[in-house]
Amino acid sequence: MSDTPLWKTLLIWALCALGLVFALPNAFYDRVERHNDAVAAIEKTRGPEVDGVRPEGTATPEQAADRALWPDWAPSAIVPLGLDLRGGAHLLAEVQVADVYAARIDGMWPDVRDALRDLRDQIGNVRRQPSPEGVLRVAISNPAGLEAAVAKVRSLAAPVTTLTGMGQSDIEVSTDNGEIVVQLSEAERLATDQRTLQQSLEIIRRRVDEVGTREPTIQRVGDDRILIQVPGIGSAAELKSLIGTTAKLTFNPVVRVTSDAGARPGPREALLPAQDDPNTYYIVEKTPVVTGEELTNAQPSFDQNSRPAVEFQFDPTGARKFGDYTANNIGKPFAIVLDDQVISAPVIQSHIPGGRGIITGQFTVEESTELAVLLRAGALPAEMTFLEERTIGPELGADSVRAGQVAAVVGAGLVALYMIASYGLFGTFTVIALAINIALMFAIQSLIGATLTLPGIAGIVLTMGMAVDANVLIYERMREELRAGRSPRVAIHEGYDKALSAITDSNVTGMLTALIMFFVGTGPVRGFAVTTAIGIVTSMFTAVYVTRAIIAIYIGWRRPKTIIV
Amino acid sequence: MAFRLKLVPEKTNIDFFKWQWLTFGASIAAVVISILAVAIMGLNFGVDFKGGTTIRVESTQAVDIATYRTALDELGLGEVAITEVFDPSFRADQHVKMLRIAPQEGYEAVTPETIVEVEQAVLKIDPAATFPSVESVGPKVSNELIWKAFLAVTAASAGIWIYVWLRFEWQFAVGCVAALIHDVIVTVGVFAIFQFKFDLTIVAALLTILGYSVNDTVVIFDRLRENLRKFKEMPLRDLMNLTTNETLSRTIMTMTTTALALTALVIFGGDVIRGFVGAMLFGVFIGAYSTLYVAKNIVLMLGLDRSKHEGEPGADAEVAEA
Repeated sequence: MSDTPLWKTLLIWALCALGLVFALPNAFYDRVERHNDAVAAIEKTRGPEVDGVRPEGTATPEQAADRALWPDWAPSAIVPLGLDLRGGAHLLAEVQVADVYAARIDGMWPDVRDALRDLRDQIGNVRRQPSPEGVLRVAISNPAGLEAAVAKVRSLAAPVTTLTGMGQSDIEVSTDNGEIVVQLSEAERLATDQRTLQQSLEIIRRRVDEVGTREPTIQRVGDDRILIQVPGIGSAAELKSLIGTTAKLTFNPVVRVTSDAGARPGPREALLPAQDDPNTYYIVEKTPVVTGEELTNAQPSFDQNSRPAVEFQFDPTGARKFGDYTANNIGKPFAIVLDDQVISAPVIQSHIPGGRGIITGQFTVEESTELAVLLRAGALPAEMTFLEERTIGPELGADSVRAGQVAAVVGAGLVALYMIASYGLFGTFTVIALAINIALMFAIQSLIGATLTLPGIAGIVLTMGMAVDANVLIYERMREELRAGRSPRVAIHEGYDKALSAITDSNVTGMLTALIMFFVGTGPVRGFAVTTAIGIVTSMFTAVYVTRAIIAIYIGWRRPKTIIV
Repeated sequence: MAFRLKLVPEKTNIDFFKWQWLTFGASIAAVVISILAVAIMGLNFGVDFKGGTTIRVESTQAVDIATYRTALDELGLGEVAITEVFDPSFRADQHVKMLRIAPQEGYEAVTPETIVEVEQAVLKIDPAATFPSVESVGPKVSNELIWKAFLAVTAASAGIWIYVWLRFEWQFAVGCVAALIHDVIVTVGVFAIFQFKFDLTIVAALLTILGYSVNDTVVIFDRLRENLRKFKEMPLRDLMNLTTNETLSRTIMTMTTTALALTALVIFGGDVIRGFVGAMLFGVFIGAYSTLYVAKNIVLMLGLDRSKHEGEPGADAEVAEA
């Protein structure tokens, strides 16, 4: 038709073609997925850049076979399936940020004690008083020296190291009933929360990545929560044990080794299992020499005998403590404890000054690498409680996909039949546009990586029902214009023109509710919001532009004197 | 003339205001009954909103609910609801039950120990049982979710109100939002009366109903606005009837296609989303009803200021000829 410029028509068809091409991988979901997994696995084996060129990765025969299932040059983005379709686990954890305050304040006691010891003549004896968690109360025997003591403790404060907390100090020192009260300042608490969350996220991410599941979601929600979604994992319980609920890395002195699981540890001692051997248990002192928080680096390396080992480096405080301990305990084993399991218990060979050390053991290269990662990632800085957990089994997910497919096909068939019965040839045009619409929806979801959930499938089916609305509006208009005796061309033109305002209004409001759902909803509901939002955009395009382009071809080809809508 | 399926004849002349007071009264009655039902019977909140745990048990053996009840009562976990699920898509030896355990007292978070206990008790009476879905929500989160859901529906209604107000006159916005609130309340009421499970997905369905209902209303309003410019002299009541009759075939068409698609989902989509699509299907019908009988009624009651277009030429004469 003359009123649509050629470039516009070409653009419309080009978009449709692109949509079909990018939707295509979804038709071969399983093959493409295996191809993508193989490519990702091969990519991982590639070494670092040498002279500006990265060497090719190596592939196992199975990987090579999987890779060959789908051509490398073809688009390979597929719609990621949500947990409810693929199966997996969902956890919403709350990080107990206050734990960290308590640990920080407790860690301050030795420094405070040492500092006050210097003023012994003025203030007399120093004693720690019982106090709630996160508060340090110190009593001194000579009240006259209180002011000097407070001033001394204040001098221990360090500036807060965040932008918002600039210029404030990290602790608040006050007096109460002649006792010195030390707490973290508000600014420091905020800064600590921030750090705790960042650290927790990083650690969870590393641990989940260790097991190499596909597309895990790990994100911060609100002030102190973390959302963890891992597809393909058996249950939420499994996920929890993976990320560890009370994980802490410590270096503890070993009291003795035993194979008796029922051994009774002495006071201030703990019985811990060995990670690699179910029959070995260690009795260790509860108070650690150093903790993972004082570790600055760990990396895989080799010892003098070229056996795999792990090198580590402590920060200055950790280095001092570690140095003192190793100097005094040569020849004794000490345990590296992670998540209440002894990962290794090397014997101290010599005094280790400077905070550098090497862990040797019966490692393979993979094990030493993994241990280095674990050490670097360290322990979760605070305990987590789980507010929400959901597990969906893969069979249930597969059942849902099947049911969704059947429903989608039946729904599409019914809508198509009904449209053709109602509008004849023009109904067929709509059905073609509808098919393109669905392809476009899949293409866009694949390209932006928007997760498809079970309600999302319902969203697609619903979009099919509602997408034809725009065409119904247009066709009804055309009918009216034809009844008023207009020529086919005028009727078509008027039909599209006059219906546009109603189509726009109805789609804008639909978009509005979809956006609200997206921001308020979680998980499956979000998936529904995304799918309907995409559906609104694509259906506007196909119902208004694509059907018009199809009708233009029909009119240009057949040049009908009259049309029946 | 080629065959055309037409649910609505080409030209209709229905007086939609004939039963104005009856339908209006019926709508108000439905809203009042719904509110009462929610207040008296309460909603059958799912774990999203109430906290607690649901466990889906699938097995190849048919074990009756009474056996489950005795096994689970022994655990002393408080209220445990056991329902059998049926679905045409199930295999012949697929027996599905949903267990719902109330949140354990004194806990803000989930209680994984409870889940393990229940699963072991079930395995004792039915070794073939599997647990393809376990959902557990702590009371802390569920309270937030209720609030969020309420906020979502309110925000969506407010957003629609503002949009319709900007695009049309304020009377249209009032009518439109009144129709929306009517749809949402009656749908929630149906969930209360039949004690269907009400969870987050139902809220998503409510939001979709909002979107659909407003879509329907806006299309008629759009045509009404056009007709207001065209026919200056026609009384508002007749004008609205004309508009509705003009758009009736579209209203029915869209309702039918959407209902067809949703019916396919209700029948074949599986039991997991049946509540969700069921709510939407109901919403499609109530949305169409409220467009025809609630939104316009209110605009008619509020009246419209028609002096704005007085200067422009009307087309009343043209129609008289046609």
